[in-house]
Amino acid sequence: MDGLAHQIIAGIATGGIYASVALALVMIYQATHHVNFAQGEMATLSTYIALSFIGAGFPYWIAFFATIIVSFAIGVAVERLLMRPVQHAPVLTHVGVFIGLLLIIGNLTGWIFGYTTKPFPSPFESEGLLLGGLVSAHELGSTAVTLAVLALVYLFFRHTRLGLAMRAAAYNPASARLVGIRVGWMLALGWGLAAAIGAVAGMMVAPVVFLEPTMMLGILLYAFAGALLGGIDNPMGAVLGGFTVGVLENLAGAYVVGTELKLTVALIIIIGVLVVRPSGLFGRVVLSRV
Amino acid sequence: MPALLEAKGLHAGYGPTHVLHGLDFAVEEGGVTALLGANGAGKTTTLRAVSGMVRTAGEILFRGERIDGKATEDVARRGIAHVPDGRGTFLELTVEENFRLGAYIRRDREIEADFQRLWEWFPRLRQRWRQQAGTLSGGEQQMLAIARALLLRPRLLLMDEPSFGLAPLIVEEIFGIMRRIRTESGVGILLVEQNANLALELADQAYLLETGRIVVSGPAEQIRRDEAIRRSYLGY
Repeated sequence: MDGLAHQIIAGIATGGIYASVALALVMIYQATHHVNFAQGEMATLSTYIALSFIGAGFPYWIAFFATIIVSFAIGVAVERLLMRPVQHAPVLTHVGVFIGLLLIIGNLTGWIFGYTTKPFPSPFESEGLLLGGLVSAHELGSTAVTLAVLALVYLFFRHTRLGLAMRAAAYNPASARLVGIRVGWMLALGWGLAAAIGAVAGMMVAPVVFLEPTMMLGILLYAFAGALLGGIDNPMGAVLGGFTVGVLENLAGAYVVGTELKLTVALIIIIGVLVVRPSGLFGRVVLSRV
Repeated sequence: MPALLEAKGLHAGYGPTHVLHGLDFAVEEGGVTALLGANGAGKTTTLRAVSGMVRTAGEILFRGERIDGKATEDVARRGIAHVPDGRGTFLELTVEENFRLGAYIRRDREIEADFQRLWEWFPRLRQRWRQQAGTLSGGEQQMLAIARALLLRPRLLLMDEPSFGLAPLIVEEIFGIMRRIRTESGVGILLVEQNANLALELADQAYLLETGRIVVSGPAEQIRRDEAIRRSYLGY
């Protein structure tokens, strides 16, 4: 029984990472109706930036917050410089830009920081397990951090003027302009926030999977599965989907398919959702009366 | 004193399609100007041109300053509120959130007081305060659109077919509200309307559009009484 409980808790810990990346995907999807394939690569770059801060002698948490700020700026810059010029272009152009961004950021990261796998520190250092041997300090700490990020994002969108303006700009850009919202900047802010959330996910997962330029490749796939499972246009759904995929993946890896075939679980979920229920479990249903 | 809004030789179109062919019209401070005409005459496009939603040529002056070529959000920030066709409410958001977005550009402390005033004007919106706007009836959505526009505290209100698709009783209610807006708030209104009779009752000035050109203009009262114009253009 202890084994099962541990697998579930470990699943929740990695699920938190997937949930964060899924949320980042959903944020850009809501604004642009496309999936940002480069989300993982952007998060990896952020994690290397964090490692550079730490290597330069900054304490962990200062490096952590500095990385979030830098990542936010990178996200905004990507939207302003790359996405903005093609905003009215057809879908395939966007897909092309996203793939280009994936390759460019991925290779740039490898070129600047090298391709060797590096260890990344965890701020929750302690040997051994907590809560009666069920969970490691890093699992507990990183889950707390991801939950805090998710809560902050929720509060921001629900209870601030800017958050409301961002939602309005995503739902109905034409009407948003009519009330004076600068829609272009709202999209850029969305990219910044997505990049910042991705950065946190990268820093939380790097101590577990170790840092190398393709670190986020698999994670992006799980996150995408989570986002689809929950509903790609529903932030709360995507977060729940992320946690669900984390637990399912861990249990399947431990008891069903073995660790080598774990990634297949994500692919099965993706295909299963698309075939059975394309809007996901919590996909947005807009009530409307005419 | 310059007019609140003045268009001089206004052209507008979508892509290669030229819709407006040189319009001249004005809205006086606190006055109501009606734009009448058949479907496809260019009424909606005229409002979109003022709001910077379509490509234009010619001059648009708002309180004596050029606003043509400005971005939609900047036109709104200058005090022009637009209730577009299709109403432009945020269907996915609640009534309360629509109200808050209406006042998005304001920083003053009277926003809550304006909410109170609009609750009194539209009691049904207060009852539906936390409901998703998409669940409102057509009339309620039109009221929400007007409330949202008034929360900008505009000098000029652009109204696109407020009676469209609504039952006669609701239309009467909406026009009652518009009369109140004109007497109580001093906001100028540029009104596009299919229902010429209702529009001419409310308006001071009226312009009749036909395929992107003004064919008749003058005081609303005079146009209303002119049998020939009524028969040939307004069809009643």
